[in-house]
Amino acid sequence: MLILKNVDIFYGKIHAIKRVSLHVNKGEIVTLIGSNGAGKTTLLRTISGLIRSTNGSLVFDNLDISKQSPDTIVKKGISHVPEGRLVFKPLNVEDNLLLGSFNWYSFKNRSEIKNDVEMIYSIFPILKKRKKQLAGTLSGGEQQMLAIGRALMARPKLLLLDEPSMGLAPIVIKEIFKYIVELRNTFGLTVLLIEQNARSALRIAHTGYVLETGRIILQGPAEDLLLNKDVQRAYLGRDVDYEI
Amino acid sequence: MYWEAEKECINREALKQLQLERLQSTVLRVYMNVPFYRKKFDELRIDPDAFRSLGDLRKLPFTSKDDLRVSYPYGMFAVPLREVVRVQASSGTTGMPTAVGYTRNDIKNWSNLAARILVAGGVTQNDIVQIAFDYGLFTGALGLHYGAERVGASVIPISGVNTRRQVKIMQDFKTTALMCTPSYALSIADTIMEMGINVNSLSLKYGLFGAEPWSESMRHELQEKLKIVATDNYGLSEVMSPGVAGECSERNGLHINEDHFLVEVVDPETLEPLPEGKTGELVITTLTKEAFPVIRFRTRDLTSLITEPCSCGRTFVRMNKVMGRTDDMIKIRGITVFPSQIESVLFEIEGTEPHYQIILERKAAVDELTVLVEVSESIFFDQVRKQKDFIERIKARLASEIGISVEVKPVEKQTLERSGGKAKRVIDKRAL
Repeated sequence: MLILKNVDIFYGKIHAIKRVSLHVNKGEIVTLIGSNGAGKTTLLRTISGLIRSTNGSLVFDNLDISKQSPDTIVKKGISHVPEGRLVFKPLNVEDNLLLGSFNWYSFKNRSEIKNDVEMIYSIFPILKKRKKQLAGTLSGGEQQMLAIGRALMARPKLLLLDEPSMGLAPIVIKEIFKYIVELRNTFGLTVLLIEQNARSALRIAHTGYVLETGRIILQGPAEDLLLNKDVQRAYLGRDVDYEI
Repeated sequence: MYWEAEKECINREALKQLQLERLQSTVLRVYMNVPFYRKKFDELRIDPDAFRSLGDLRKLPFTSKDDLRVSYPYGMFAVPLREVVRVQASSGTTGMPTAVGYTRNDIKNWSNLAARILVAGGVTQNDIVQIAFDYGLFTGALGLHYGAERVGASVIPISGVNTRRQVKIMQDFKTTALMCTPSYALSIADTIMEMGINVNSLSLKYGLFGAEPWSESMRHELQEKLKIVATDNYGLSEVMSPGVAGECSERNGLHINEDHFLVEVVDPETLEPLPEGKTGELVITTLTKEAFPVIRFRTRDLTSLITEPCSCGRTFVRMNKVMGRTDDMIKIRGITVFPSQIESVLFEIEGTEPHYQIILERKAAVDELTVLVEVSESIFFDQVRKQKDFIERIKARLASEIGISVEVKPVEKQTLERSGGKAKRVIDKRAL
């Protein structure tokens, strides 16, 4: 569905992403793990068209998206849930959701859009409860749900998730990850998930990539990466020497 | 029947992408973790980051068996020993052994790839699998063992015991699938006959043979004598053995597990890549191995690749049965001869047993090739005249097959060395 080949990204003179190749198959959850500053967010923002790559190809559903504008990319079916959620805090929950449908919003679609909002509410019942509340007053977990809901309003085929667990309590993280699996299982959504919380991400993913200083040093089935000692040492916070 | 249909039948484009991703990270990892490769890359000014296509593989240096020997035992490991869960050694077909290691993931992948080969060869969870390879440092037995357990078959880890006992167990346990070297399978077939057992009373259905080159005529013979479907599989301990490739029921080339191994065929002398379909030395780069990755490993095995799609549905390219080893490749009076050529001639001639040995000697500055061949008693003890005619017939056939005159010496049955492991086909006395 999404294929990146030899993608290079520069920030000025800094070579932030070096020759990255990766692919996401339809219906899969793929995770990109790596420490802070490895280039994960940069790569995700490049897929959404917010940053331009210098070299390499980005193909989504047989279409070269390396030169498409961010809004065209959304129309083609890629929605981005940004790091730190970035909900529109002064707006209420429902307006935030409606804004997510900007790519197909029109008067004649109003009833369909209404249905979609209801569907989002059925996935995240808490949002329905808070629908008239200002987004800025929601808890972190609720804001994350709202950010995901807003992205879903664009009717994506591929959902890009940037650090959905950031700043959340462990129990809330668990809930958010449960939702991600549910979205994939129930709606057949394809997910590219970026995480520092490598273990949770690998547990729900099919395939994983390990990004280190802008390079992919490892790729493989997520279950294999969970067993890989390098990954354990560097990203799962385990000192394997002392493990029984 | 597939073990992992979505992988074995992957579309070629998707496979290429997967191979590129895996190759890129493998090259980075060997550069970071294996001093041998770091040194070699630095010497050749190879930037592991500059690797953009599968074709760039050609820029990388080869790894030879000697490189592995120099770093024996642990020098080529890409992970610290505490992450290695098993160490094995090469079968030592030629010279000194080399050590290889496996992480937990390596063992998992290995079992899985062996399972693919077993399933392609016909094995299911309903089978009773007799593994007559030697267990121990040699990798073949354990690889198949783990694969067969993964498939869910019932495994008899009989290992290399005397042949009559193999047959007894085969009879008692109702073995349905036999795994060993083809030459040993032939000994088993002979023993079955000697013991006066009707092959049809056995439950054998499949034979998965490997670890040494064998000809189509030998397959024919084994299938006839044992009433089985005989398939070939391929591996080598330095890479994965078995696990690299295996035949499907079409029995027309061995499917290479291309999602884990990248293969090339090169001219063994010039090391230049050969065009598709040409016979040369197989070179393998591992794509997923953690403990013991190798880059462009020269296998010394001679084969060619078949890229046409196979009717079984698998999309992986096939390699032809290995013709021989570059070490077995006999250069005599400027002509290249493979033991497999001699083997197929012997199979055609009635009265010869498929046990043979090739002796190379230098007499008065001329190289001579002598084939020792076992013949059945009737011919050996018959009149001198008749025996001479028989030998002449073999000589003529061999001469027309390989293009030089050879000596043929008949020997009695059971006089050439048999081994549970690999048959020693060539004895070169010229160097001595």
